[in-house]
Amino acid sequence: MITQKIVDPEKIYDPSEKESLFITGSEAVKEALRRANVDMAIAYPITPQSESMHLAGDLFAEGYIKEYFRGENEFAVMSSVAGAAMAGVRVFTATGGPGTLRAFELFPTWAGARLPIVCSFMTRGINSPLTIQPDTIEMACLLDSGIIMLHAETAQDLYDMILRAFMIAEKTDVHIPVGVFCDGFFVTHTRDTVEVAPAEMKLPPYDAYSSPVPAMDMENAPFRHMRDPFVMKSNFISYATHASWQQEVMAACERSRKYIQQYLGSLIETEHPDSEILIISSGTAISQGREAMKSARAMGLDVGLVKIKSIRPFPEEEIRLLARNAKHIIVPEFNRTGWMAREIKSVIEDTTKVIAGPRVFGGMTMPPESILDEIRRCSK
Amino acid sequence: MDKKVSIRMSGLGGQGVVTAAHIIGSAANKDGKFSTVNPFFGAEKRLAPAESYVRISEEKIYERGEILFPDVIMIFHPHVITLGKCYTMPFYEGLQENGIIIINSDEPLEFKQEDIEKFKSMNATLYHIPATRLGVEIGGTELATNMSMIGSLLGVYPLISVESLKESLAERFGGGKFIASGTTAALDDALKGKYEQLAQLIEKNMEVIEKSSEQVRKYTFGQEG
Repeated sequence: MITQKIVDPEKIYDPSEKESLFITGSEAVKEALRRANVDMAIAYPITPQSESMHLAGDLFAEGYIKEYFRGENEFAVMSSVAGAAMAGVRVFTATGGPGTLRAFELFPTWAGARLPIVCSFMTRGINSPLTIQPDTIEMACLLDSGIIMLHAETAQDLYDMILRAFMIAEKTDVHIPVGVFCDGFFVTHTRDTVEVAPAEMKLPPYDAYSSPVPAMDMENAPFRHMRDPFVMKSNFISYATHASWQQEVMAACERSRKYIQQYLGSLIETEHPDSEILIISSGTAISQGREAMKSARAMGLDVGLVKIKSIRPFPEEEIRLLARNAKHIIVPEFNRTGWMAREIKSVIEDTTKVIAGPRVFGGMTMPPESILDEIRRCSK
Repeated sequence: MDKKVSIRMSGLGGQGVVTAAHIIGSAANKDGKFSTVNPFFGAEKRLAPAESYVRISEEKIYERGEILFPDVIMIFHPHVITLGKCYTMPFYEGLQENGIIIINSDEPLEFKQEDIEKFKSMNATLYHIPATRLGVEIGGTELATNMSMIGSLLGVYPLISVESLKESLAERFGGGKFIASGTTAALDDALKGKYEQLAQLIEKNMEVIEKSSEQVRKYTFGQEG
């Protein structure tokens, strides 16, 4: 382990000297954690995530992480992570696919307990028949769990988002979990160029006093919820407490917008946003969209692209305004249900503009040509 | 999608398909080109189908996942073709015009007339190399099959430099950059033992690569040699 110095987060996010590494997404997670001043990481393996938490274990062995262990299963891991966060340490874990679903109860619990946990979700198919291949369907399940959801397109994004996620999660007026999602294999196992800050730098430590709720106070929310399960008492105060607390968690997510803007520039990223045809999506579906856009523009077609970086909070206003100018909106997705197209339709005025596809799922690769086909159909 | 070379490698688990892609992509990166590398496999077990993909370009690469339209196809084991241990059927599906196919087999494989017609219509060039045999003979282990396959690629399509290749090998197997600076690097005593072993490994692998690049042969399909 090399000696590290705590620096201003901005110095890590935008260092004057960067190192360029040719690494996988899993290794990008390691490099982010190395600089994130993480106290504790808890692991349970599942493809395509296993390498990431294995590498977190290597960081523990090297001395960069203070405590690390493997839990009994994903439910145990997410519960242990909650305990660590309640106790006031900066904690990280990662899972994916069936692991996400096995632990599902804990994600809304984290949000309700206002725990600033950062968890990376390396997405994979969850439905039978079994697949270990990339598929973003689990994200649809998490949309209303109360956690902040960022979607990385590349290993670079994954590195950048994890390092920033801690700062966003730990703001007093936010203080809810951040899930950093990436598409399994397409990001985790793909080797690409990633620029990182010098390893001598690390983030300031988590300040447990930044928490907006008292630690383990049995008389106040959120822990009073655990002492007095409201469903059993059924009086007016218990309902009101529960309802207002849920709204407060939603409001905390809303308040994260300004920090996401501060640390990630914007909730979206655009290329040629005034075009007639817009490709709008997130993750690696947008990577395939970039190739399709390049080909289409070379043919003289008016195509632009919008990458959604923050799924929760959703860039409602941004998408609504962009959709006004566009004639067609193509939404490529790596899942069966087209949840992203539904999200987009829920915020725009003319939903008939939306072409909910192409959709590829169960681990197949989306040929950029299939998006190009949609573009051609729109341009006729 | 132009100015980009896409290589699809199909083999069996344990043959080093993923490592070969890693080394080629890493070398291209060192040559100053853009490159991405990714594997695809099911449950990890020896002899199960495994594929990996290398994209090399002068421009930034966005496309992810499997290579559906390769310029080069490298087959690490005859069973990929004869037993269909492959994610693409037939194994040459999607090959671009003027593409290259390199097959590891001791003897040239027999192809059906319709396959041969297809190769001709695509203007594909096929090569064969006894990669596993060369790996054993020169490298002393069948684990050097992938090195021989890298050599065969260099023999027919030198798209990466030998210097970068050597550097990538050292990085991949050395776990550090210390050897990349070569034999002139001043190494402390603690690392010396490891260095000697590692240097031997690199030398052996480079020998497999160099000899294999000369051993790769073109399929003639009964025509002129």
